[in-house]
Amino acid sequence: MGPLVPEIFSNEFNLVIAFFVGIGFGFILEQAGFSSTKKLVGLFYGYDFTVLKVFFTAGITAMIGVLLLGHFDLLDLNLIYVNPTFLWSAIIGGCIMGAGFVIGGFCPGTSICAAAIGKLDGMAFVVGSFFGIFIFTEGYPLLEDIYLAENWGAVRFDRFLGISPELFAFLLTLIAVVAFFAVTQIENRANKLRTDFSKGRVTRNFALGFIPFAIIALLAFTPSRQEYIQQEIREARQQKKCVFKEISADKLAFELIHNHYKINLIDVRDNEKFKEYHLPLAINIPVDSMNKREWNEYFTQKHNINIFYADVDTTAKKACLLARFLGKSENYILRESTGQFRDIFYNLTPPPPDAHKDDINLYRFRFQAAADMLNLENALKKFTQPVKKKVKKIQGGCS
Amino acid sequence: MKPKPYMNPYLAGFFLGLVLLATIYMTGRGLGASGAVKSAVIATVEVAAPEHYDNTQFYAEYDEKHPEGPLRNWLVFEILGVLAGAFLSGVIANRAAIKLEKGPRIRNGLRITAAVLGGILFGFGSQLGRGCTSGSALSGMAVMSFGGILTMGAIFGSAYALAYFVRKLWLK
Repeated sequence: MGPLVPEIFSNEFNLVIAFFVGIGFGFILEQAGFSSTKKLVGLFYGYDFTVLKVFFTAGITAMIGVLLLGHFDLLDLNLIYVNPTFLWSAIIGGCIMGAGFVIGGFCPGTSICAAAIGKLDGMAFVVGSFFGIFIFTEGYPLLEDIYLAENWGAVRFDRFLGISPELFAFLLTLIAVVAFFAVTQIENRANKLRTDFSKGRVTRNFALGFIPFAIIALLAFTPSRQEYIQQEIREARQQKKCVFKEISADKLAFELIHNHYKINLIDVRDNEKFKEYHLPLAINIPVDSMNKREWNEYFTQKHNINIFYADVDTTAKKACLLARFLGKSENYILRESTGQFRDIFYNLTPPPPDAHKDDINLYRFRFQAAADMLNLENALKKFTQPVKKKVKKIQGGCS
Repeated sequence: MKPKPYMNPYLAGFFLGLVLLATIYMTGRGLGASGAVKSAVIATVEVAAPEHYDNTQFYAEYDEKHPEGPLRNWLVFEILGVLAGAFLSGVIANRAAIKLEKGPRIRNGLRITAAVLGGILFGFGSQLGRGCTSGSALSGMAVMSFGGILTMGAIFGSAYALAYFVRKLWLK
């Protein structure tokens, strides 16, 4: 599941990716004509709307793509960088940038492209932006207040409006498509061209414009992979059609003592309950956070068996079902609840002297196992708890 | 040789969107540009005025947050790629040449002055607004960032509002 950095690609390799991504970025900007200042400012005088067309198409392609990857659980949308909103600096900074755009005829990325192919005005702009940034870094104490004012955090536009991301994508795409049509009219008028309304052309444009809406409809009206999993689990539980592999407390104790390295004993209750009391050698993965990437490897490995337990049998079953969707690990549930397990081993009452031989043997086994498990836990304390993996939110933007 | 025509804008936009999407998928972050220039500024200050660098709060804080140095930065490597990619495209399309592009009514000197001034404004604004057209507006749009889309509106809004006053730079 994406993002691939830093789990699959290292932070070092990330810089190599940056270089190759940059090649694609620069190549396309140049191919689109963004190395030409006249083409860029044409946007503001109505004779060339290339910038708007490229920019909007790119933004919408990437936006729908991000939603699509999230829909199929290929990209963790909680981890990707969302530019934070600092209200005043965003507006004031944007206005100053706009002035720079129409006076200088470039933005930083396009000026670098222009400079790369030998445009002197592009180079001049790059030099200017160097000094502009220098003014900012030197003048920072004076600007700090406005720079940090009205920090709203990483607000998303759809959440700000209180609508679903699909609806927001739909609205933005609609605006883009209408804008594409309108600016083409303006462009043709400014350049004294006639708009091509031939049947073939209109059909083709309609077909192309339809694609993003079709994808958004797919996103909006089909359940995402997460929703699908939840639904499957709910149905499986309702119909009680799933068969669980169960393990009894005595068997678990025996396995723990003899084969603890082959078992992941997983407490799926919440963190507080886990801290209060948990089974020897257990780790804590609350059922609601099982699909987080930090636990991923427990459910995709094939070496150890996972044994789930909770206070109520339904929670453990839910976890076990969920694990089936998360990977190919072998999963069991503990037949007894947490409390029952504790009673069996740690609230032992000795059998009366005239008890059956089996009962006495069982008592002896449990008595010994209880002590062994505790000893084992103490001995292995350092090794059994999962390495705390820090899932870091990715830093991006221009800092 | 005549320069080749530019790519269809929608097709270019689609490809640009795919590059951005691939970047987000792989690295979790978007594209950018002005940040690389910022790195260059900070590296320059560090070398040219080490004492000032150590004694100024802004640079000291930057140094603390970026122990690997200003140049070992994602955007710096990305922009090196941009230079290579744009050059490649320019060569393929016969557009790579030393050239000054300007409006029909102005002299070269004024064009260069305007470009430098525009650069200063854009550079300054990009730092205040935490990113330029690439890092804030385009990448922000891809992840539906409120701030990014707001900055985008401000950039294009203010450019349109000022276009009339600087039309002599660009129009006949």
